[in-house]
Amino acid sequence: MTVASVGVGGGASSRDTTRHTRRFREMGLAYLLLAPALLAFGVFTFYPFLRNFKLMLYETPPVPGLPAHYVGLHQIVPTLTSTQFTQSLVTTLIFVVLVVPLSLILGLVLAVAAHRRLKGIAIYRMIFSSTVVSSVAVASVVFGTLLNPVVGLLPWLGINPSPPALENSTWALPAVAVITIWQFLGLSFIIMSAGLQSVPDELLEAAQIDGAGAWTRFWRMTVPLLSPTIFFALVVSTIYAFQSFGAVDILIGYQNAANLHANVLIYEIVNTLQMENNPGAAAIMATVLFLITLGLTLLQMRFLERRVHYAN
Amino acid sequence: MAEVSFAGVTKRFGDSVAVDGLTLDIPDGELLVLLGSSGCGKTTALRLVAGLEEMSEGTISIGGRVVNEIDPKDRDVAMVFQSYALYPHLSVARNIEFPLRQRGMAKEERTAKVKEAAVTLGLDTLLDRKPSQLSGGQRQRVALARAIVRDPQVFLMDEPLSNLDAALRVQTRADIVALQSRLSTTTLYVTHDQVEAMTMGDRIAVMSLGSLQQVAAPEDLYARPANTFVAGFLGSPGMNLLPGKIGRGPNVIGTGDDVTVEVSGGSVPLPPPLRTAGAGEVVLGLRPESLRIDPLGPLRADVTIVELLGAETHVICTTPDGSRLIVRQPPQAAKPAPGDQVRIAIDPDPAALHLFDAVSTLRLGP
Repeated sequence: MTVASVGVGGGASSRDTTRHTRRFREMGLAYLLLAPALLAFGVFTFYPFLRNFKLMLYETPPVPGLPAHYVGLHQIVPTLTSTQFTQSLVTTLIFVVLVVPLSLILGLVLAVAAHRRLKGIAIYRMIFSSTVVSSVAVASVVFGTLLNPVVGLLPWLGINPSPPALENSTWALPAVAVITIWQFLGLSFIIMSAGLQSVPDELLEAAQIDGAGAWTRFWRMTVPLLSPTIFFALVVSTIYAFQSFGAVDILIGYQNAANLHANVLIYEIVNTLQMENNPGAAAIMATVLFLITLGLTLLQMRFLERRVHYAN
Repeated sequence: MAEVSFAGVTKRFGDSVAVDGLTLDIPDGELLVLLGSSGCGKTTALRLVAGLEEMSEGTISIGGRVVNEIDPKDRDVAMVFQSYALYPHLSVARNIEFPLRQRGMAKEERTAKVKEAAVTLGLDTLLDRKPSQLSGGQRQRVALARAIVRDPQVFLMDEPLSNLDAALRVQTRADIVALQSRLSTTTLYVTHDQVEAMTMGDRIAVMSLGSLQQVAAPEDLYARPANTFVAGFLGSPGMNLLPGKIGRGPNVIGTGDDVTVEVSGGSVPLPPPLRTAGAGEVVLGLRPESLRIDPLGPLRADVTIVELLGAETHVICTTPDGSRLIVRQPPQAAKPAPGDQVRIAIDPDPAALHLFDAVSTLRLGP
């Protein structure tokens, strides 16, 4: 009995050891496979993110070459109350309001238009989604040319704002918004198209037989059934709009951005860092941008998701 | 009046013909089952009536009115889909109410009609639930309630029972028959399940490869299949079809000629009604239940498989030329073993023998 007990105990212990070894090996393999992604995220995302909080606490003197010194939280209030920041924040909010709804509506309209069984429709789908692969530089150059007061499309159409659109404090931000909308349209179209694929044809056919016209079918069936997709696109486009930078940099430039009310927050952050050599203030603005984006996403999830219908 | 008429209806998808010259009249109040295997065109025919597909040729009339150019919403038909097609974001009440809302019915009237339909189908306690909170059978009843609530001229049902389990299917098909009988609404019911077709239909229209093969009452269809396709398709298992040749010779008592069908494994004498029906190459049709294993039977075959089904036994045999012959034996009958050579007798009832032309595959004789 004693011998048997010892034998059984020894067997269980051996099995435990084997199990632990296997689990250890599996964990090792998992971390090994995760390591490249973790390294990339660590170097380019997590470290800068944490480093940003440290930068907030240091002030860099305006004279180049002098070391930054610790000021704690003292530069936060001056930075956030500066005209530079508040104007940039207002500009950014206007920009987001211009970009997000139009991107989503146009993406949805194009997706619905392309969601038909027509000959050659694949070509239109390719065209509609193509903006997703065009770089911001290319988009900016193309639109910059179109908006050019001499050789562009606007004068050809008889529209000649003075000063020209990209040098005009009324039109500069909308012009940049149009470029951003155009660029995001491809992704918006792809997201909406993917969502439409998941709406069963039978539901729309049932609604058709039940007496619903095209508009009712779209508004009462397609949109509610597409609501998870629309919600996702809303969150993504909001983040995208808050992070827009390239078009302002290429078409407006540092010298004019503030005067033309086109200095969106992320552009202001870059300029505060690079042109004004003020990493502390830039870090504070970056943190504010992060908190705004996070807060808006949470708000969207908290309030809008209630209206989202997720199919079982 | 709400009879439905197909007149030379053809539907092509590119080069393939889904429905080929369908001509069929469904009288007012009839439950007609469109029966066929997958891809035979039965669902396409139903969708053509609904207006969800445009026909390539022909006309469809509902209640004497040609509906070719009329929108689905104006055809006054209601459809129950295989997947039920319930609106997942609307409650049961709103689902049932939806067609009434689209027709601009006043709220009080809508509420009363929804309640009436819900009570009819036993859904009155589920009106606030969403479709995702219902069982398959309950969803199916909501789909039916949505169809009946607006009192349409025609019901179109596309395999509405195929997603239910076997027990629920039996119950629901009886419910649908009772409901249809009570409402007397012309109904086109599509299914590939011949048990559903036989038990539900006033008449059954059998389709194959887009063509109508036969339309008749269930018992007529079973007793007198118009061609070898219908003969083999209906019945579980379907009719045995043996290629053969008509033979004639003096009978044993010298009073005249016997007419027989020579098939692989034996010679089968034809009863008087079939003696003049055909000549030359034919196909002999024998239902499995018309056969029994009997040492004095005219047919010889080898047993390959014996299937015990509880209430009956299927003895699957092979004739010398390789044709399959299934014998349905009662449970108490002696069961042969695979590999046995057996003789098979045929029910003496003249109606047990079916004769088809080998080339045209059409039925010969009465």
